[in-house]
Amino acid sequence: MNRLISISTYILALLWALPFFGIVFMAFKDASAQGYSLTFKNFIDAWNAAPFGQYYLNTLIIVFVILGVQLLTITLAAYAFARMNFFAQGFIFMLFLVQIMIPSDVLIFPNSNTIAQLGIYDTKLAIMIPYFISAFGIFLLRQTFKGVPYELEEAAKMEGCSRLQIIRNVYVPLAKPTYVAFGLISVSTQWSNFLWPLIITDSDENRPLTVGLSMFAKASDSGAQWGVVCAGTLFIILPLLLAFLLFQKQFVSSFMQSGIK
Amino acid sequence: MGRSKVIKVNLMAWIFLLPSLIFLIMFTLYPVISTLISSFYKSDLSTIEPLFVGFDNYQSMMEDEVFRKAFINNIWFAIGTVPTSVLIGLLLAILVNRTFIGKSLSRVFFFYPVVIPMVAASFIWLFFYTPDYGMVNSILKLFGFGELNFLGNSDTALLSIIIMVVWKEAGFFMIFYLAALQNIPKDLLEAARIDGASKWRQFRSIVFPLLMPTTLFSAIIATTNAFKTVDQLVVMTQGGPNNASNLLLYYIYENTFRFMDYGKAATVTVIVLIIMVLIAAIQFFATDKKIHYS
Repeated sequence: MNRLISISTYILALLWALPFFGIVFMAFKDASAQGYSLTFKNFIDAWNAAPFGQYYLNTLIIVFVILGVQLLTITLAAYAFARMNFFAQGFIFMLFLVQIMIPSDVLIFPNSNTIAQLGIYDTKLAIMIPYFISAFGIFLLRQTFKGVPYELEEAAKMEGCSRLQIIRNVYVPLAKPTYVAFGLISVSTQWSNFLWPLIITDSDENRPLTVGLSMFAKASDSGAQWGVVCAGTLFIILPLLLAFLLFQKQFVSSFMQSGIK
Repeated sequence: MGRSKVIKVNLMAWIFLLPSLIFLIMFTLYPVISTLISSFYKSDLSTIEPLFVGFDNYQSMMEDEVFRKAFINNIWFAIGTVPTSVLIGLLLAILVNRTFIGKSLSRVFFFYPVVIPMVAASFIWLFFYTPDYGMVNSILKLFGFGELNFLGNSDTALLSIIIMVVWKEAGFFMIFYLAALQNIPKDLLEAARIDGASKWRQFRSIVFPLLMPTTLFSAIIATTNAFKTVDQLVVMTQGGPNNASNLLLYYIYENTFRFMDYGKAATVTVIVLIIMVLIAAIQFFATDKKIHYS
């Protein structure tokens, strides 16, 4: 019985892995040769056919600038919600809940209008700006901050620390695991983001990898080009898969936390 | 606390919140309100200035064949993806929640689709489904079946996308179930076994009820996803053929950027917003109950 369950697990696991092995197989296949012969030609062709270097750079800039700004904004807001009593606190908290309820992809129509009005269409800023805050991040961090013993803050106050110093020296170091979890979610979400950058960009200078790949694949839309498209697809996937394999535990636990997003 | 101190704390809290509030207002709160207002105006290529039309947009939307199709497709898409990916997630969790050779590798294989971008997954499956060179057809041919144009046929396009989404999402729910399974008290199952309950009986009477909160939670996430993800349509079908795989968000995208019918785009956005709020309300009441019961 146990054996049977194990065998069915293996079969399912292989079935799940098949799509990945499929494109790896195709990416390394020499289309001009008879049968199967291994080649790196597809990767070189893909890399030369589209400005993938530029796309990589764009994605990296977009992903890490968003993360940097988010870390700043969520830290300040989370501290205010966790440790300060202020006017209309409950109401403001509810306003932030709206961002969790409504995924930003639903708001592509009004948000693209805002970008046009701001006059920043087709810039990296336009891709990044809607994601500069994350209500999910604020709530996640607020929960962690609330778990920090209040005595630590009192002690720091006695030492003459200002609020900002207290946040930096007491709260931020203690919340490190939460920051790592949030960082992994933020980076993988933004790395994968497609619809918004597709809408808001018009030039290779600003396109991230995801949009770049779709443009490139559309341009080489014929069966014989599949090897090159598969190689291009691997360009997007590999860094994420590598990060996932390295930080497996953290990835899984942060994805679980992202469930409440 | 003195009055001046209260004012000082208030001021500081608001300064801390200000950056977040600005972006929240700009890209979440204002857009929601502006969309609601736009939905009462006719604004397309034929109208130079937006024209107030009351509920006309809503009425013409109801009569619009394509909208109705996208709406019904989206319901089918939710019915096709939500229970399937949640149940397969449960099955996978049960399968990998045992000690066996290759346990961690199996978990990686089930979970990796969650990590890769939807666009990349779409290209992989586009290649899978392609008529001439595609893997699925190659396998079918091997067994002597004829060629199928999965994405080009209006009978199979939506189903093909549903299968791909289930493949991508199931691993995500697997990890929630894995955590829940590991939280089930061992002595409870032990006691049941001593009482002579079969494995199936243990599952039905103890495990499954204890997994209910996880099931509900996963179902809500899956439902939200069903209404907010369209990357796969942009890559794989463009909503076709003949709108057979068109979904609400893709319909918004088309009306905004291809047909420039802003009144219609705003109106459909309002409908999707209402669906999102409804899902959130269900989640709120359901999790509220859960707290009472546990």
